[in-house]
Amino acid sequence: MNHISPVIWQFLVKWLTNFALFPPEASKIAPQMDALYFFMVLVSLIGLTIVVLLITSFSILYSKGRHPVAVQVEGSTLLEATWTIIPLGLFLVMFVWGALIYFRVYTPPANAMNIYVVGKQWMWKAEHPGGQHEINALHIPTGQPIQLTLISQDVFHSFSIPAFRVKREAIPGRYTTVWFEATTPGTYHLFCTQYCGTNHSQMIGDIVVLTPEDFRKWLASSTSGASLAQNGERLFASLSCAACHNARPDARGPSLAGVYGAKLALSAGGTVTADDAYLREAILNPSQHVTQGYAPIMPTYQGQVSEEGVIALVEYIKNLNSDYRIQQTLNTTDLLPESAGQAPPANQVPVSKGTVKP
Amino acid sequence: MSTNTIVSLPDQSTARIPKDNFITRENGLLSWLLTGDHKRIAILYLISLSFFFFIGGALAGLIRLELLTPQTDLMATDTYNKVFTMHGVIMIFFFLVPSVPATLGNFLIPMMIGAKDLALPKINLLSWYLYVAGGILAIYTMAAGGVDTGWTFTTPLSTHYVNTNVLTTGLAAFIAGFSSIFTGLNFIVTIHKMRAPGMTWFRLPLFVWSHYAASILMVLATPVVAIALVLIILERTIGIGVFDPTKGGDPLLFQHLFWFYSHPAVYIMILPGMGVISEVISTFSRKRVFGYTAVAFSSVAIAVFGFFVWAHHMFIMGISNYAVLVFSLLTMLVAVPSAIKIFNWTFTLYKGSITFETPMLYAFGFLGLFTIGGMTGVFLGTAGTDIHLTETYFIVAHFHFVMVGGMLMAFLAGIHFWWPKITGRMYPEKISQLAAVVTFIGFNLTFFPQFILGTLGMPRRYASYPPEFQVLNVFSTAGATILGVGYLLPVLYLIWSLKYGEIAGNNPWQATGLEWQTQSPPLTENFAVMPIMDHEAYDYEWLEHQQKLAGKAAEVTSAG
Repeated sequence: MNHISPVIWQFLVKWLTNFALFPPEASKIAPQMDALYFFMVLVSLIGLTIVVLLITSFSILYSKGRHPVAVQVEGSTLLEATWTIIPLGLFLVMFVWGALIYFRVYTPPANAMNIYVVGKQWMWKAEHPGGQHEINALHIPTGQPIQLTLISQDVFHSFSIPAFRVKREAIPGRYTTVWFEATTPGTYHLFCTQYCGTNHSQMIGDIVVLTPEDFRKWLASSTSGASLAQNGERLFASLSCAACHNARPDARGPSLAGVYGAKLALSAGGTVTADDAYLREAILNPSQHVTQGYAPIMPTYQGQVSEEGVIALVEYIKNLNSDYRIQQTLNTTDLLPESAGQAPPANQVPVSKGTVKP
Repeated sequence: MSTNTIVSLPDQSTARIPKDNFITRENGLLSWLLTGDHKRIAILYLISLSFFFFIGGALAGLIRLELLTPQTDLMATDTYNKVFTMHGVIMIFFFLVPSVPATLGNFLIPMMIGAKDLALPKINLLSWYLYVAGGILAIYTMAAGGVDTGWTFTTPLSTHYVNTNVLTTGLAAFIAGFSSIFTGLNFIVTIHKMRAPGMTWFRLPLFVWSHYAASILMVLATPVVAIALVLIILERTIGIGVFDPTKGGDPLLFQHLFWFYSHPAVYIMILPGMGVISEVISTFSRKRVFGYTAVAFSSVAIAVFGFFVWAHHMFIMGISNYAVLVFSLLTMLVAVPSAIKIFNWTFTLYKGSITFETPMLYAFGFLGLFTIGGMTGVFLGTAGTDIHLTETYFIVAHFHFVMVGGMLMAFLAGIHFWWPKITGRMYPEKISQLAAVVTFIGFNLTFFPQFILGTLGMPRRYASYPPEFQVLNVFSTAGATILGVGYLLPVLYLIWSLKYGEIAGNNPWQATGLEWQTQSPPLTENFAVMPIMDHEAYDYEWLEHQQKLAGKAAEVTSAG
């Protein structure tokens, strides 16, 4: 093969060894999405073949040489109806099928493990509930539904894992969620797919899928000492949130124990479910979200708490089921975490600044 | 007459370009710059549009060159970001939106309906000046360091996080938008008020119908993007905070406003191209367009549905799941009229008498590529698969199939088809057929691999990419080179034809439109006598009858 240029030869080898029409299927939803994708590819190919065949055969049969005089044919209602109804029917099938998959991707199951992801120019920061945090990487186990709660600190980003066939925009100022269940251990691409400025194409990382056992090992080896909720508790103390939210009879703010998931009556009228998004809003724009029976005296924490700080606070409030822990934060701004039945880790680093720096 | 062509030219030894026509009537630069003649304005547009097309094309070349290798080795990421932003801004606002309407539409709509000019000639000239002003501002922006927001100006990136020339770019698009509004307004008034006697709505050529539909979109949708751009400018200068979450604003609101224009804008771009295809296919198959009313109303249906699908650009942005359902369903509905058109054009060929001159080759290219572009649009309108495919090269490939494979093919078909009418001279047939084939091959090689890249997950707007995507990117860049040759050829031979092309005569294609029943190039007032439309559109029997009468008249004069 000496007469083939080595560059072209290399190129051919590269092409043939890397040839793929779709990325690996590494999540539960991936084969379902691919089934729809290939159905649509099939319909498109059939449609295209029909059009090309008709054009080619008409061009041959009715070329001027063979068919010198055109025969004027008026339109046909029957044909018009055929090519209105058949494409419409096919498109509706795709619509329903696609909608089902869409709802599946964006409706997390109740037992999903939540991981927070903050996007910023130009990196992804993930916060595991156990306090493990990572940058431009995400370690997850197989066989466990994972929910991501995403937010951006600056501009729009988009968290895309082609091998899982999922993608969700990270938006400044509001939480978005997506979930998936990985099936195959391995390392997959993580891309930011929403253009976000200078280093957009470097806002990439690795999704590392581990077996449940390896994942436990990874969790143990990557712990930062405190869980996310414990970080939140320290922040709660240092910001003196318990000065008002202390569950005393004369408290100026509502008690936060068990508030997560509850229906709250607002003084502006209407009720709202206290989910992640609501808690975030209530911390950053409190005057817009005053609970019935309380005065709008809470100052805004906009600019004082980073998105990671808010996440820690939300996670803390989420896990708060008694007033006892709040009482404990009252007398100190530098509380060491003591979860019931769990000894505090030895390498505890106390944080006294207003912002948690994980 | 040869059996494989319908071209019938006057005897070249005696034929002359008519002495009095819209080009020769007045002379001097000022007679062009101050003209109210729709045909001269169309030519001004054609020259300025081609200029912007080649700037946009050069930028596309730079993009493809950078993507030849996985690393960023030709330019810094910032430069790359500016290059793809300017490519998008120039191609969309300064080429695709005005392309067919401002050149062919401007030239032909009055002629097709038997009018002397557009209803508002001075507004027409104003719209060209606005276009040029916007264009100069865009060029200034590039010279002053460019802009790197992407043509979509996504907030808060465009309002708070970049220090490049967002203001001038926004202003350039804003001004160009008014040019488009005025063009649309002019067409609507003209089509309503200036039709020749007997030219009823259902005798209008389909070219006019599709321009009418596009004009409605221009007039109603463009102001919304103007508002969005003004809000961006105000946000950057005085910080009004409409899109700023820290001030209680909503960054998603910008997406809604922007796509409320920019989705209909896609139909502003493609509908006039569809009009060209109707004319070309009818002429070269000697047949009335199959299902005239279905094609006419599908244009209107596209324009109406086109307003209600904008949020399909936001399926993964955290809008309500139920909003996604509605917008996905509406997107499926807007796909149907496009399918109807494709089948109607195809069946126009049935029992025709088909010849394969250059415009017809481009029209065939359009049919194939637009079918692919349209079908892949359904992939993206389907909520489930959109999650995986959006924001990747799949979307880049999809809209280039529609815009370049569809719109640009239609534009070139139209330019070749009406070139004899505009200039009075034929383009050289053989080399232009070659150019059409080269363009088709280059286009497919450039953009088809991008569908696969997108399915594999390669994100758009990446200056560098994982090495496993390189092979397909090399194909794409190679294709772009061929495509470049395909676009350069017409410029060369069309300019050549201005002096050396064969004299075309009134109606070289034996076409039925009123524009062909007058001299080429036309008189300034288009028709020596006001035409009366006494037959249906695309009535080839009427045309034959007319020619027989003319033949007899000629015999009588020569005998007498």
